Amino acid sequence: MNFISVQNIFFSYSNNEDGSLAKNAVNGVSLEIKKGEFIALLGHNGCGKSTIAKHLNAMLLPDSGKVYIDGDDTCDEEKTYDIRKKVGLVLQNPDNQLVASIVEEDVAFGPENLGVEPEKIRIRVDNALKAVDMYEYRKHAPFKLSGGQKQRVAIAGILAMQPECIVLDEPTAMLDPNGRNEVLSTLLKLNKQNGMTVVLITHYMDEAVLADRVVVMDKGKILTLGTPREVFSQVELLKKHRLDVPQATELAYKLKGCGLNIDKMPLNEEECVKMLEEVLK
Amino acid sequence: MSKILELKNLSFVYGQGTPFEKCAVSNVDLSIEKGELIGIIGHTGSGKSTLVQLLNGLIRPTSGQVILDGEDIWKNPKEIRKIRFKVGMVFQYPEYQLFEETVYKDIAFGPANMGKSGNELHDAVIKAAEFTGLDREILSKSPFDLSGGEKRRAAIAGVMAMDPEVLVLDEPTAGLDPMGRDVLLSQIVQYHRKRKNTVLLVSHSMEDIARVADRIMVMNSSKLVMFDETKKIFSHSRELEKYGLRVPQITKIMLKLKEKGYDVSDGVLTVDSALSQIYSLLNREGKIW
Repeated sequence: MNFISVQNIFFSYSNNEDGSLAKNAVNGVSLEIKKGEFIALLGHNGCGKSTIAKHLNAMLLPDSGKVYIDGDDTCDEEKTYDIRKKVGLVLQNPDNQLVASIVEEDVAFGPENLGVEPEKIRIRVDNALKAVDMYEYRKHAPFKLSGGQKQRVAIAGILAMQPECIVLDEPTAMLDPNGRNEVLSTLLKLNKQNGMTVVLITHYMDEAVLADRVVVMDKGKILTLGTPREVFSQVELLKKHRLDVPQATELAYKLKGCGLNIDKMPLNEEECVKMLEEVLK
Repeated sequence: MSKILELKNLSFVYGQGTPFEKCAVSNVDLSIEKGELIGIIGHTGSGKSTLVQLLNGLIRPTSGQVILDGEDIWKNPKEIRKIRFKVGMVFQYPEYQLFEETVYKDIAFGPANMGKSGNELHDAVIKAAEFTGLDREILSKSPFDLSGGEKRRAAIAGVMAMDPEVLVLDEPTAGLDPMGRDVLLSQIVQYHRKRKNTVLLVSHSMEDIARVADRIMVMNSSKLVMFDETKKIFSHSRELEKYGLRVPQITKIMLKLKEKGYDVSDGVLTVDSALSQIYSLLNREGKIW
């Protein structure tokens, strides 16, 4: 079985005040994620992305359907702790996730709560901070860090719990371009070098193109999924649902519409420049 | 055109005289014409937010002047409150500032405090709601029952309702999805066109800024390092990168093409203008009939 297996889940947040049934936030989603994969999850606000993310570490349980993490059913209460050890969640606002007044204490919070021995916590904290390039800041106060640095500390806090998978809900939404780069390269490093499974929820298409697979959600369902090239080649479908495509892809799509022969849709700057050079040759 | 806002040798130092002294804005000189839409970019900590707080007198300059409509805003410090009606400020995540029982009352709070009442007040609320695309029926709801995007728009309407001469928005689209971003941005542009007021837009999204701004201010470590027309700013991709910023993807693609010797202009800001340039290149070489 795959590391994450989401099987036809439905979920609605509790009923409306007037007693009527709230509409489903997730409406029959199935998704298989292999160990070591990097998945980007796209879609409008309210499409059910975050609800899916919260299902991946048993923060939410499906109304019907099943979620298995490494073979364990998230509905099995005895497994909840194991599942949360395996899947760590990072949220949008770094300020809401940091609890201690010193960076290294903040990172130690997770493993302390898991009951890890003090000497081992020390090692885990150091390693986690090194992994996100924040080791030199270990004695700093979190509130004095930049947004990108804070978000990396939040990621380190998750890493210190040694999860096998990290789920991030728009971790770069509040960051400037530099901060976004810092977080993204950290994630790529964890994925490529350490084999960490990564599920990244984002509104930024330039981040999504870095993933192994892209999943696009709409109205609680999966609209399409595949490699970034497969997904972003469907410019029409994405536009119809008012989702973005990278500007590089959009240009190629429009040139194609003018009757030019373009086989491989470019996803980034380099590919687009190469494509244009070939067209203009 | 006349100058609406002039900054003269403006500086601000946090915690002056303490060991934590930090200069956040240093020697900024610039003037903005009435009716311009100005983009402000710069990485986190570059001084953008401090600069905009100086504009409506939330903080007082350590040295230098902010001149609004020909008058120093600190000429009469007791009257500083009036400046806040003239320079409307929409902070980051303004939806956290909603507090009234209904959306209508929340939008009316600003203009009512300015002394508006009766029909005048009602008109101000309705117009502001229209600018931000809020339906009439939403106005009677509690602001806390709205979706995130609606809350954001209600908060912005509250500032627009004061009809400020200068509207300052600090990252109004942060955290919205691409569709929400598009809609809000075009509403701001509509407001700017109809009211012909001056708008200052702080953003981390170079694509947004490229689409709407007439001129762009670039802040870097407390200084104003560039201030020029949008096209010109984005033709300096290397310099922007040095400041921890970047140019929109499409601009970068066209700049690289130019470096390779193709006859395209620098500072291409949208996919459509890139398309028309490529198209005319192809046309010239007879590749499209």
